[in-house]
Amino acid sequence: MTLELAKPRPIWQIMFSTHHTDVGLLYLITSLTFLFLGGSLALGIRAELFYPGSQIIADSMTFNRIFTVHGTTLIFLFIIPFASAVGNYYVPIMVRYKDMAYPKLNAIAFWMIPPAGVLIWLGFADFTWYATPPYSIISAPGPAADMWIFGLKILGISSVLGALNFVVTILKCKHPDMSIGQIPLMAWAFLSSSLIIIVAIPTFAAALLMLLTDRLGVSGFFNPAMGGDPIAYAHLFWFTFHPEVYVLVIPAIGMMYEIIPRFSRKPIYSYNSGVFAFVMLSIVGFSSWAHHMYATGMSFTEKTVFMVGTLAAVPASAMHVFNFVATMWNGRIRFATPMMWAVGGIALFFSAGAGGVVNSAMPLDFTTHDTYWVVGHFHLFVMGTIAFGSIGYLYYMFPYVTGRMYNETLGKIHFVMSFIGTVLVFFTQHILGLYGMPRRIYDYPPIPEWIAMNQIASVGAMIIGISMVIFLANMIHSSGKGKPADTDDPFGLGGKYYYPFEAKNPSH
Amino acid sequence: MSGHSNWPEWIYVGVVIALMVWVGAEAWETERLIEHVPEDAKTIIVTGQQWFWTFEHEDGTKEIGELHVEVGKAYKFEVISKDVNHSFNIHDYVVLMDAIPGRVNTVWFAPDKVGEHDIQCREYCGLIHYNMRGTLYVTEPLS
Ligand code: HEM
Ligand SMILES: [Cu+2]
Ligand SMILES: [Cu+2]
Repeated sequence: MTLELAKPRPIWQIMFSTHHTDVGLLYLITSLTFLFLGGSLALGIRAELFYPGSQIIADSMTFNRIFTVHGTTLIFLFIIPFASAVGNYYVPIMVRYKDMAYPKLNAIAFWMIPPAGVLIWLGFADFTWYATPPYSIISAPGPAADMWIFGLKILGISSVLGALNFVVTILKCKHPDMSIGQIPLMAWAFLSSSLIIIVAIPTFAAALLMLLTDRLGVSGFFNPAMGGDPIAYAHLFWFTFHPEVYVLVIPAIGMMYEIIPRFSRKPIYSYNSGVFAFVMLSIVGFSSWAHHMYATGMSFTEKTVFMVGTLAAVPASAMHVFNFVATMWNGRIRFATPMMWAVGGIALFFSAGAGGVVNSAMPLDFTTHDTYWVVGHFHLFVMGTIAFGSIGYLYYMFPYVTGRMYNETLGKIHFVMSFIGTVLVFFTQHILGLYGMPRRIYDYPPIPEWIAMNQIASVGAMIIGISMVIFLANMIHSSGKGKPADTDDPFGLGGKYYYPFEAKNPSH
Repeated sequence: MSGHSNWPEWIYVGVVIALMVWVGAEAWETERLIEHVPEDAKTIIVTGQQWFWTFEHEDGTKEIGELHVEVGKAYKFEVISKDVNHSFNIHDYVVLMDAIPGRVNTVWFAPDKVGEHDIQCREYCGLIHYNMRGTLYVTEPLS
């Protein structure tokens, strides 16, 4: 099965197409562009923090803008569009339908992303990815802040439209011969994450509007000077964004469910427990948002409730890890590039979850909250798990999309360097947090432990940066000049079981 | 489940749940104990503003950027903010409380050794957030 037409077409034909693989390609290129843009900002941050004092960034305002746009870009313009890319390519095929349910809506949802990206990048706001009031109302300079608000507004609408499309495609358009219990786990992943989006996003969408009118001075929802309450914003924000972390991670786990069984040449250990864990996460994920707010002065009872809600979601995450390990157990594993990324991603997923449990325990969170520990924690997810799963999947789908093979050696070098780099940066940041270094600071006092650990992290970031250049070169070169792939079995795994969706690419 | 028996997974899930119950119970018990403010704690009003900390003792004396306390006594901080959110932090004593305009948040501690410790802001508050720092001096009792 090939996913993309081998015969080249002019770019505008793809741009104006509403066909799911074309929209998928557009999502893919957009998300990778932002991966590199956002990643470069991260290298700037790491270079600045290599040593106390000003290194390469002139002032703290610029630094603050850089980490704000870095986070916003990688979450909203890399991770989410990347998942949409994969979903567009595969979900219709997995449910055996000719396209997404609403192809035009699908294209519209995509085309909202580039203008939003432009707004965010031209504005270059400084109020962190959570735009907390009252800072975002009374202190953050416009028009950057307003452009960010509009950018996020557009991205929110885009994700809701995309999510509706996935839900309808999966539930209503799947082949009548197929029951919902037969769709692949990756399709379940898209169903779960899309449902979370539909429930979670409207809350933040409302908060953004309130923030905007507060900035304009016509309302005071979150402005204490006008009788408002900043804590209300924090609740609305985290009610959306804790579930959103599952929106980010679930598709990546779904991608791993495609890779792990194939490259282990064994069926998945338990399909049912995979489905159960996805559904659990998308429900229980709504009971823990205020674990981000332990230090805002919540009562003991409130903190307890949200701690219990957070811990309740852990077994479901842990079930995925078990499922992967049990699938690989006794398998005839072939460690091709996609498999390496998936397995590395699972190891980092496990470590990230362990750190998350520490954050959840309220007294311990007072040590870790808003230090580099938290930066390390969520990067083990966003980079270690999600980017790893996504990049692994990109290598996996590469031959199906381009009809050509990437360079395997370079793919493995990319993995090894990125894995080492990720461990160096983000494990070290956990320790740095325990030594008390706050996050989001432009400069720091010359405490020897802080300097040492910042330097390790910066070196790690450099290693990741170099590996990403290798990756880019490999992708660009191989998509034009790579050796033609055997699209029936590009990874030489043998056996028809390993390609269960005998999908016919609908003729264009 | 999927045809074959799934007992290893049930055992595993059971272990994870047991671990989470244990973490939760320990955390609950610890937090309950440390939230109990001693009766004789002296109150210090901590004000965060862009970009420094002010401390006001019970007798009305004020300090900026420095805080002097006596070893062996308990202190209750009432943390407030004059502008945007900050977070009052003495990392060595695990004191962390957000300063949020319109609210009074309390947290307490009882220094047990003479010494100097860093005070910092742990919630993003703008331009000089990185240098919103101070020093805690724990001294011998004067009297
Ligand atoms: C085992 C599951 C998890 C647990 C127990 C957990 C727990 C926590 C807790 C308690 C915090 C608050 C820390 C603090 O600010 O003091 C936190 C922060 C965070 N977590 Fe997790 N988490 C888990 C999974 C995830 C996943 C799957 C992601 C996804 C991608 C994620 C992304 C984040 C992010 C982005 C933040 C910080 C956001 C910020 O402050 O900028 N977490 N986590
Ligand atoms: Cu959360
Ligand atoms: Cu601050």
